[in-house]
Amino acid sequence: MPLARILTKWVDDPEQIGIEKAMERGYYKAARRAILEMQPDELIEIVKASGLRGRGGAGAPTGMKWGFMPKAPTPERPSYLICNADESEPGTYNNRELMEKDPHLLIEGMIISAYAIRCRTTFIYIRGEMVLAAKILADAIAEARRKGFLGENIFGSKFSTDIILHRGAGAYICGEETALMDSLEGLRGHPRAKPPFPAVQGLYGMPTTINNVETLCNLPYLVNEGVEWFRAMGTEKSPGTKIFSVSGHVKKPGNYEIIMGTSMKELIYDIAGGIRNDNDLKAVIPGGASMPMLPKEICMEANMDFESLQAAGSMLGSGGFIVFDDTTDIVQVCEVIARFYKNESCGKCVPCRIGTDWIHKIISRIIAGRGRPEDIDLLKGVCVNLGGEKMMDSRSYCPLGDAAAWPIIWGGLKFFQDEFEHWINHKESPVGLPAGLPAPV
Amino acid sequence: MLSEAAKEKIREQMSRYPVTRSALGHALYIAQEECGGWVPPEAVYDVAEVMGMEPADVQSMMSFYVMYNKAPIGKYLFEVCHNISCALLGSRGLLEVIDRKCGIRPGETSEDGMFTLKSVECSAACGGAPAVQLNGMYHEYMTPAKLEQLIDDVRAGKIPADSIYNAVYSADMTPREGA
Repeated sequence: MPLARILTKWVDDPEQIGIEKAMERGYYKAARRAILEMQPDELIEIVKASGLRGRGGAGAPTGMKWGFMPKAPTPERPSYLICNADESEPGTYNNRELMEKDPHLLIEGMIISAYAIRCRTTFIYIRGEMVLAAKILADAIAEARRKGFLGENIFGSKFSTDIILHRGAGAYICGEETALMDSLEGLRGHPRAKPPFPAVQGLYGMPTTINNVETLCNLPYLVNEGVEWFRAMGTEKSPGTKIFSVSGHVKKPGNYEIIMGTSMKELIYDIAGGIRNDNDLKAVIPGGASMPMLPKEICMEANMDFESLQAAGSMLGSGGFIVFDDTTDIVQVCEVIARFYKNESCGKCVPCRIGTDWIHKIISRIIAGRGRPEDIDLLKGVCVNLGGEKMMDSRSYCPLGDAAAWPIIWGGLKFFQDEFEHWINHKESPVGLPAGLPAPV
Repeated sequence: MLSEAAKEKIREQMSRYPVTRSALGHALYIAQEECGGWVPPEAVYDVAEVMGMEPADVQSMMSFYVMYNKAPIGKYLFEVCHNISCALLGSRGLLEVIDRKCGIRPGETSEDGMFTLKSVECSAACGGAPAVQLNGMYHEYMTPAKLEQLIDDVRAGKIPADSIYNAVYSADMTPREGA
């Protein structure tokens, strides 16, 4: 069965947010064992050997990231861990569910991570809009502190660590790790140049690791069950499970934790119940709005893991899985995506600040019935100047520029250029939708 | 403008971080809560004074983030997601309901000071699309009819105006040594 209930095992039980219920189910045993019985470097080796890759979007190996952290931080030069809980990628809502429904899993994961990379102080940077999740986490942190799982000498060891919960205030760019650090320092959320990488010079100029919520939630299981158990799931380069946030035109939208490498067909038709009204599938965005959409023919052959989706011409990204049926106007979807990146560009670098606006203006013009035949090439040109000649060939300061260009040039235009041409030539939607999403409920 | 209690809360937040400036984000939430949902210029000066910063610096930071309101807002804040999944499944119809029943479009506040409407980017509720947040709480799988009912309930006093929008959590956070 491709559906796995590991990180999401207890999310359906409202009592799970309380520490007593969580402990009854074995929570905090992994953290206790890690701190009392294992050396920090041993943990780093376990995570390296597991092949766990970051679940936030880039898919960087977590153990490798940890390995760059100093082995002996000093009070003058402490190390920091930040949990990136600024989940804002359109289509993605699995971090929110984990935090609202199983906060102690994240807290335990953070304790283990903090011990491995030797952090006295850790942060959760939570998206401002997720007020309820912040409240639940704050209560859970207080519970953990009362139990002595956070604070001084936890589990009676010499190790001390604590979590500072920090609310963002509404800015997509702060999910980018360097912009997140600026925001956490009380600045505008502008990305920083890399290098220096955060492990060398991060928060307050100190060595810093930034891990996603779902990544950290894997750690208690990894410590409890071991590397072999973890690697038995998924593929060689994408081991474990991944929670995909399925939305759009499916019968059963929701967060589904599946074994990496499960076929996209299974995810859509078996797990998410198929397409609404039994319509035909048109396209899927597999990894959040910044990843190129794939047309039906490719979707039917693709598997849900890092390599397969990259080979298919998209990426696994954040796991935001948006399904479009055959009533969807792809040009209008692209307009929504372009508007989003225009609104969220931080304005620091010119290609992104100007490019995102141009992309949106051109698509808006096409939908307004004022498109010109040369607009297709113009749009491609702007996308190339912003996101490069191919994927991973960035021209902007941070990945937001790529995120704005990719879904248009490597998704919408690549697979559905005929729909753009239809709009330009006929000044109307190829599927008969009036301009301005959406269709009535 | 800010009360001594609010200033004290800001100082408490400052004590939580290795570097006090990190508390600026929360300080602005505290100011916003105290000032009825927005941050007036006088409050910017107060925050700057408490935190030992230049007012222009505070203003610059504040202007970057959409959740700090730069003008007065109504008692009830509707945030309607207009991103992909919500747009596909009907957010435009929801905006039309609010326009019809409350007479406001995105960015506007009703004349009676009751409602403010924001059309927002993906609110991480795509599985429950179309989604709306009312004073920070999620209402998912919305339909025009359900939204009309929600507005009627607000008007009938069935939904308290309490908002968790500006909450900062710190109760038992202990101060720690500097970085």
